Amino acid sequence: MAKAPSRRRSTGEGGTLLDIRNLKIEATVYPPGEAPRKVTIVDNVSLTLQRGKVLGLIGESGAGKSTIGLSSMGFGRGGVRITGGEVILNGRDIMKGSIADFRKLRGNEVCYVAQSAAAAFNPAQRLMDQVVEAALEHGNAKRADAEKRAVALFKKLGLPDPENIGKRFPHQVSGGQLQRVMTAMALCSEPDLIVFDEPTTALDVTTQIDVLAAIKDAIRDTGVAALYITHDLAVVAQVADEIMVLRHGKLVEWGDTRQIIQEPRQEYTNALVSVHHIAHQEKKPGKDPVLSVKNVTAAYGGGVIKVLKNVSVDIHAGQTLAVVGESGSGKSTLARAITGLLPPEQGTISFAGKPLPGRLADRNKDELRQLQMIYQMADVAMNPRQTVGTIIGRPLEFYFGLRGKQRDVRVAELLDKIEMGKGFIDRYPAELSGGQKQRVCIARALAAKPKLIICDEVTSALDPLVANGILKLLLELQAEESVAYLFITHDLATVKSIADSIAVMYRGEVVRYGPKSDVLKPPFDAYTELLLSSVPEMEIGWLEKAIKTRRMESAGN
Amino acid sequence: MSPVLKLIAQRIALGILLLFAVSVLIFAGTQILPGDVAQAILGQSATPESLANLREELGLNDPAWLRYMHWLGGILQGDLGTAMSSGQDIATSIGSRLWNTLFLAFWAAIVSIPLAIILGLLAVRYRNGWVDKLISGLALASTSFPEFFIGYVLVYFFAVKWQIFPGISTVYDGMPFGERMMAIALPATALTLVVLAHMMRMTRAAILNVMQSAYVETAELKGLSAFNVIRRHAFPNAIAPIINVVMLNLAYLIVGVVVVEVIFVYPGMGQYLVDHVTKRDVPVVQAVGLIFAAVYISLNIVADIGAIVANPRLRHPK
Repeated sequence: MAKAPSRRRSTGEGGTLLDIRNLKIEATVYPPGEAPRKVTIVDNVSLTLQRGKVLGLIGESGAGKSTIGLSSMGFGRGGVRITGGEVILNGRDIMKGSIADFRKLRGNEVCYVAQSAAAAFNPAQRLMDQVVEAALEHGNAKRADAEKRAVALFKKLGLPDPENIGKRFPHQVSGGQLQRVMTAMALCSEPDLIVFDEPTTALDVTTQIDVLAAIKDAIRDTGVAALYITHDLAVVAQVADEIMVLRHGKLVEWGDTRQIIQEPRQEYTNALVSVHHIAHQEKKPGKDPVLSVKNVTAAYGGGVIKVLKNVSVDIHAGQTLAVVGESGSGKSTLARAITGLLPPEQGTISFAGKPLPGRLADRNKDELRQLQMIYQMADVAMNPRQTVGTIIGRPLEFYFGLRGKQRDVRVAELLDKIEMGKGFIDRYPAELSGGQKQRVCIARALAAKPKLIICDEVTSALDPLVANGILKLLLELQAEESVAYLFITHDLATVKSIADSIAVMYRGEVVRYGPKSDVLKPPFDAYTELLLSSVPEMEIGWLEKAIKTRRMESAGN
Repeated sequence: MSPVLKLIAQRIALGILLLFAVSVLIFAGTQILPGDVAQAILGQSATPESLANLREELGLNDPAWLRYMHWLGGILQGDLGTAMSSGQDIATSIGSRLWNTLFLAFWAAIVSIPLAIILGLLAVRYRNGWVDKLISGLALASTSFPEFFIGYVLVYFFAVKWQIFPGISTVYDGMPFGERMMAIALPATALTLVVLAHMMRMTRAAILNVMQSAYVETAELKGLSAFNVIRRHAFPNAIAPIINVVMLNLAYLIVGVVVVEVIFVYPGMGQYLVDHVTKRDVPVVQAVGLIFAAVYISLNIVADIGAIVANPRLRHPK
């Protein structure tokens, strides 16, 4: 076993910590029905990171951000291989080391904070055992000292009951807290570098802001260097000293944070900076709503856990009602109640003036047809073994009895509408990109000629530019087909772009409801203000300002 | 009451209920079997009068539900009835045979369960390499052969050719432990080979499934060795399906030994059952069936409870 070079601790001294030169990373992909081929995931990327500094890596999915981040630990996820270039950490090229050398630096010199802490913690072990594990494995500390350090970190990261939270199991702690515990876990072995891989992406905006502030403070106080990976430029602008923009595994632009967000030099960076701008003229509500939800109360567990309390909203033909709120606020439950998956205990839901039966099984085919859904995960909402033609053709057969040529003509029309063309008709979902999959789901919903489509977080899993394309498409389709949308989202920027009216939900209740211009006009109630002020803005120093002016905490804390 | 205790109590109550249902089925099943016990005992030459007398004596003329109640009442008091063919008390004759069967199953389990789990872990550690393929291949091959075939192959080599172990596993009361172990070596090996692959494949699949999860990647990125990643992070989360398949196979070791016991003429429950089926001795068949059902159900309850206890969400509610 080769002897690892001695560690130089970063005690505030400057100098280069990480120097990646001409990195090339490849993987072998196995497309269905084709011969395996090599793809280049990262192509000729170089970067340097000084001790104690934070470099933001930004780009859409497939840009190679995570792959570059993990290469600093010599780790390739899945079948990914580092095939060229040098990764110089603390003055040595780690790619020349053995597997044992990699093991010595992982969890020791470099630590990793994953996107979903909920999945990244072992459900069968107490938090403390997992937090101190790396420090003990590498012999950095005795158990008692490591635990003391962990408790101090819990305190610094603002976790409740820092002395005892380590005794809990992962499922006993909320998502935002878990993300902070994960940060403590990374800091516990006193590494020189932490790779943050989208650490706040899976959180609600209202929780994200707290976790972001905790991470930022911890980085500043411990003097650790960081690679901060995200697709959200506004988030990275709050924590990074420098930002590197990547696309398709290649470097687009690298500069200090101020320059990137204020004077982007590349067109692509500019597109990222100015992403969320769709001008949408609010429509006035019509006379008769297409869907009217009146005083609906719904519960799980036989009436024990009330998840919707006296909810009333209207949706008008050809308009969009946006339902916003954090996770657990009852947004998706409202959709379940409307679709009949969770029959309401009290209250009525009427469609085009007629009351809808509460239970899905009691609804007739036409009532089902009028109301369609699009889901967040387009991936799992389609049968992977059916072609695009079969997927879109199914509602045509089921609701209209179209067969053969007639059906194919209509499928081609729908593919045209979603700007994909009929060349896609015999493709399988696995061959499509995330945005294309979501477009196919939209076409499937449209095929039924519905009056209302429920869109449940349809853009949340997509990259900003792709999401923008989907939103524009939805708006165009609304103008053509005069279909109404019930748009469930936690993303307020999306709401501003497409809504005609807005319902803000908090713990199962609608706390604010009305036309968009009224809802977004001050004075605000405390919760709406928290939601609005928690949306990261592309402005340096926004985070500190937002934290200072808050009036209430999110329910997730 | 904590949710775990509640769930466990539920499982046990369900198990008892199931056992009653099984007792009804066993009783009903033996009733619709063709043939007549009195005829079987007295033979073809019996006169109609003596047949009627014997039927009266054995209570065969009572309605079925009454006989069931008598039978069940007896069992609840620990009386399994008397064997019709020999007139011996069933509980007494079963006692030593049940012990023999458990003895054989115990040693087969002691060998096969750790072996299966260790082989499963090794297969995961060297997955898709030659070690993995060799382990899987051999284990599957041993399971694919019927147990009587494996039994006779073992007898041919170890008893006839090399004369290491006895080919007939005679055991008796007061037999020294060493000799007893020699006697059961071959049947225990045959049983081990039969159950090994199932448990090993399940261990491998359960752990591989867990190896895909994000927390295993976290463990790898902590710089843990491959073995520690599996031992600390993958195995504890794969335990529930493994317990299930282990218990199923344990039940098979006790309930499914009929063929192996007959091959090695081992005086266990299986041998006893087969003997009395041929004699149409209904009370014995009923008693043995009920005992097998009880073993099966209780081992499955143990598996359920094991899976419940292994789940941290149930052990430590919010």
